[in-house]
Order: sequence, then C-alpha cells, then structure tokens
Amino acid sequence: MSRPRRFTRATLDWLPWLEPLAESELTERHYDGLVQRPRAKNPYFRLLSDDPDVLGARTRADLEIFHNTVDGLPRAERELAATTASRVNGCIYCASVHSAFTSHYSKRADDVDRLLADGVTADLGERWNAVVEASAALTATPPAIGPHHIARLRAAGLDDVAIVDVINAAGFFAWANRLMLSLGEPELPESADE
Amino acid sequence: MDVVSILSGAGDDIAGLRDHRRVAVEQTQLAYDLLLESGDGSSMSRLERWAVAAFVALLHADARAADHYLGGVREVSADVALVVVRLAGEGAAAGPYGSYPAGPLSVEDVAGPDLAIDSGAAAALGDRLSAALRHAHRLVLHPRDAAPAWLEDLAIAGWDRPGIVTLSQLVSFLAYQLRLVAGLRALQEA
Repeated sequence: MSRPRRFTRATLDWLPWLEPLAESELTERHYDGLVQRPRAKNPYFRLLSDDPDVLGARTRADLEIFHNTVDGLPRAERELAATTASRVNGCIYCASVHSAFTSHYSKRADDVDRLLADGVTADLGERWNAVVEASAALTATPPAIGPHHIARLRAAGLDDVAIVDVINAAGFFAWANRLMLSLGEPELPESADE
Repeated sequence: MDVVSILSGAGDDIAGLRDHRRVAVEQTQLAYDLLLESGDGSSMSRLERWAVAAFVALLHADARAADHYLGGVREVSADVALVVVRLAGEGAAAGPYGSYPAGPLSVEDVAGPDLAIDSGAAAALGDRLSAALRHAHRLVLHPRDAAPAWLEDLAIAGWDRPGIVTLSQLVSFLAYQLRLVAGLRALQEA
C-alpha cells in the first residue's frame, strides 16, 4: 500500500495512527455517538468514539448540514464547498470522498477534476466559482470571508438560506479536515493504480 | 441564545436563516457545551480546555471570541492567560501552509513557522498544556503537515488516547465555530 500523492475522486482507505477501541469494547453510549451503527466498522469513527457525546454532536451536525435539502443550496454545491475546504487544507482523503459526491450529484466530473488538479483558481463557471471563492476565503486562517464574497454569491443566484449552507458546509470541513489529517492517513487500496 | 450568535453579533434575521438548519444549530451548541462547559475533567481539565480555546481564537484573530475564551482562562489563572496571549502573538501566521507527500503536489508546498515555547512559558503552562498549545498551533495553521510524531509529542507530555481525541475535537471544533462566526458576520454586513 502507498500514500496518495495527488488529489483524486477514487476511493481511498484511511488508517488511524492510534489503535481505536475494538468493536467488542463498544457500549450503547458509544453507539449513540456513532449515530449510525454501521459506522462501528470504521476505524476513524471508532477512534472518535473515545469522546462519544462530542462525536454524536459532530455527526448530527454533519448530517443536518449536508442532508437537509428541503430548501437552500443543492447537495452538489454543499459538497463543492466541502471539496474546496479540503483542497485548500490539503486533506486528500476528505477531498476524495466529497469530490466524488460533488461529481455524483452534479454530473460535472470534468469540472470537479479541474478543481482537484488546478486548485481553487480553476474556472468552473460563475456560480461554482462564487461558491469556491467564498469557501476558500472561509477556510483561510484567519478567515478571509467578507461582504464582497456574499455579494458575489447573491449575484450568482444564491438566496441567503443557500449562503448559510455554503458557510455551514465549508466551515464544517475546517473541523472534519483537521481530524482526518491529524489522527491518521489515507492509503491507496491495493487495487488502485495512481 | 447560542454561542455562535453571541460571538458573531448577528441579529434576528440571521438567526432566522440559520433556523432552516435547526439541528445543526442545536448540535453545534451541544458540542460547545460538551467541550467547554461540561467536559470530562479526567481527559482534559477545564483550564486546559479554555486555554486552548483562547489560543485558537487568538490565532484566528477573532477579538470577540478571544475575549470570551480568555475570560474563562482568567477565572482559573491570570498567569496562564498572559502566557497564552503572548504565545499567540508570537505564533501568529497566515494559514494553511505545509507540505504534501513528495510528488506532483510538492509545487504547492508552503513554508511556515512552528510555535516556539520558551522556558518561561513552559514553566507557567506545564508539560501538558505546553504540548497542547503546540499541537493546537500545528492543527490550526498547518494541518497537512500532520504526522504520527505530533501524537507522540502529546503522549510524551502525558496525553493518553482519550485526551488526544478530546484535544483534537476541541481545536477542530473551534476552527469550525470561528468560521461560522466569521461567515455570519460577513453575511450580516453584506
């Protein structure tokens, strides 16, 4: 196995640097933090279940931010915001998962690949450019988002509920990227050919 | 009112927009309550939690959030608060920087500083909190440089696995919270 050396939409593995709790050690409190029982198979979530209540809050916020699509920003563009944050922070694993979702929901694989290959200055059309620029500005430390980013999003057709979705989705990946980057690392599956 | 609303200073109109994702608002507040207010003192003490939070807010150049978290530090130790402010000033930088695995992405590598903790600061903070601030500086500003050695540095300073998980969650959650605050302020001003 080897570490990926570029951003990709391919499925990657993730290996923890600390040995997580074994599945046999999990209690109902751990399962409540995991929210979805199949997540017990995943070493990332099992490691985070050392602080099960915080993991539960993290996971329930995550699901609401990305899956509550009754109004606001379409799922594809929430995933675009997540991919952008991951591209800026350099989380190859998170970028692989969320670029695949962006591509799946938008059917714009070529644009997604340009974002992965060329970074956040890739020209993806005005609406996506506006989402990427605002997400990248939010991801900087200190955050560099300002009223002009909001104005560009509105001009591109986003209403204010959708703009809050951009802030939530890109902001959430400030959280997710740091956990994935600092508690383990991505690996190319045996079958993958970079 | 939730802490994101307080720190952002956003009004009722913004709160109404956020209410479209009510579960996210509630769970973000719950994460704050768990990590800062009611956290398990055996994995990470209250002083450690608030000192790390203040340091992270200062690295994000968020004066309002820094005042909030420094207030919690001063309730326990004015000396630690002073050292946190000084180290955050010395460690201030623009992120994210860092290196990729050697290869095609190496052209995007960006150099940046590591936090230096002098002997005076180390004496005031102790081993555990010194290591926590060093880790927080790394995680906030150059997370893509992460390596197993970062976790070994924490372990050497007395952090066990549950403590490392909680510290990682605290720093990473705050990176999210402070971006919600920054984004909502921009929306309020637009």
